[in-house]
Amino acid sequence: MSDITIYIEDRDGQGHSFKAPTDMNMNLMELCKANDLDVEGTCGGMAMCASCHCYVLSDHALHPKSEDEEDMLDQAFFVEEHSRLACQIPLRKALDGLKIKLAPNGA
Amino acid sequence: MIQTDILIIGAGPVGLFTVFEAGLLKLRCHLIDSLPQAGGQCSEIYPKKPIYDIPGYPSILAGELIDKLQEQIAPFKPGFTLGERAQIIQKDDQGQFVVTTNKGTIHRAPNIAIAGGLGCFEPRKPPISNISDFEDKGVEYIIKDPEFYRDKKVVVSGGGDSALDWTIFLSDVASEVSLVHRREGFRGALDSVEKVMELSKTGKINLITSAEVVGLNGKGSLEEVVIKHKEKGEFNKHTDHFVPLFGLSPKLGPIGEWGLNITRNAIEVNTFDYSTNIEGVYAIGDINTYPGKLKLILCGFHEATLMVQSAFKRIYPDKNLVLKYTTVNGVNGF
Repeated sequence: MSDITIYIEDRDGQGHSFKAPTDMNMNLMELCKANDLDVEGTCGGMAMCASCHCYVLSDHALHPKSEDEEDMLDQAFFVEEHSRLACQIPLRKALDGLKIKLAPNGA
Repeated sequence: MIQTDILIIGAGPVGLFTVFEAGLLKLRCHLIDSLPQAGGQCSEIYPKKPIYDIPGYPSILAGELIDKLQEQIAPFKPGFTLGERAQIIQKDDQGQFVVTTNKGTIHRAPNIAIAGGLGCFEPRKPPISNISDFEDKGVEYIIKDPEFYRDKKVVVSGGGDSALDWTIFLSDVASEVSLVHRREGFRGALDSVEKVMELSKTGKINLITSAEVVGLNGKGSLEEVVIKHKEKGEFNKHTDHFVPLFGLSPKLGPIGEWGLNITRNAIEVNTFDYSTNIEGVYAIGDINTYPGKLKLILCGFHEATLMVQSAFKRIYPDKNLVLKYTTVNGVNGF
């Protein structure tokens, strides 16, 4: 099995634990949508909206943000040091145990 | 008043293709879109991104797809009301729908096709609790006429191209311009960034980085903004205007109040003809939902094709429709 476990705190502060496949070319935004969390994924995963803005709570080593992601975070609100766009985080083995929190919905 | 057979709300790819399928049945269409140009998300969000799942096109840029759709529907001479948001829907005594935009343009049609995608694009509003109290009283999300800011103090907020470009432009118009941005660096076009840095160096603008506008104060109209700097903490700055420029995001908008059955920001439809709970109102493309729904342009094209058949039967209940192939009959425009 190539499943990993991801912990996600939703916008109401409720925690969820999801088994996620690493062999389906999925990203974290898609995992949220697949599990019916309140994540719009408006742009479909192109880092062109900020509806999947989240905070990374665990200390997993993630790849650095691309310019597109930084650009988009500039247009988001409630941005913190550990802010990321979930659609830019592909699910892979090294992320087993990753813990994130969805950022508040922008107006 | 604009009269048509099918009034299409939303001029994205699905709305545009509806014109073609309706045109084959000799039905005329008119489109309304809140954006100033046709194409919806394809033009507004990702015009330079390739799409790989349009049948017959191994790869096509989103903007190119819109250009080709425009070319394809041109023989059917669609009308456009652009830069206006469909606001109010009413039914007149002849059973036709009357749709009025936020700018007062009136449209009338027996059938409505909502092809609104994710809704209408509206400026992102910063989460400042009392911001709505100051809208049009010192807070503007869009700069319509830069002269409005002549000899005024303006605080612009944001880090993208529009924030940079307007800061540069207003530095010659306003008496004082401040640009507030959450990070040290900017990712906008390089020459805009350089120009802003230069204006800051020569004291023509106040550049306040690593900071955010977190509060607004004023009696009746805006008098000052509260700026929170990462290290220095909060301070107040006197200003006449606050212009937050954080791009656009789609909102369902007024359509949400039209009495349609809505689940999770999408309109419920019957997959027989993509009709909604209001007879004569259809919903196609990303804005609708049904069991098995996929938000794909190509599914929207299919939905539009079936929908116009139903719209035809509502207009001409006694006529029988025979499917005619374009290969046999060609495309006969208006």
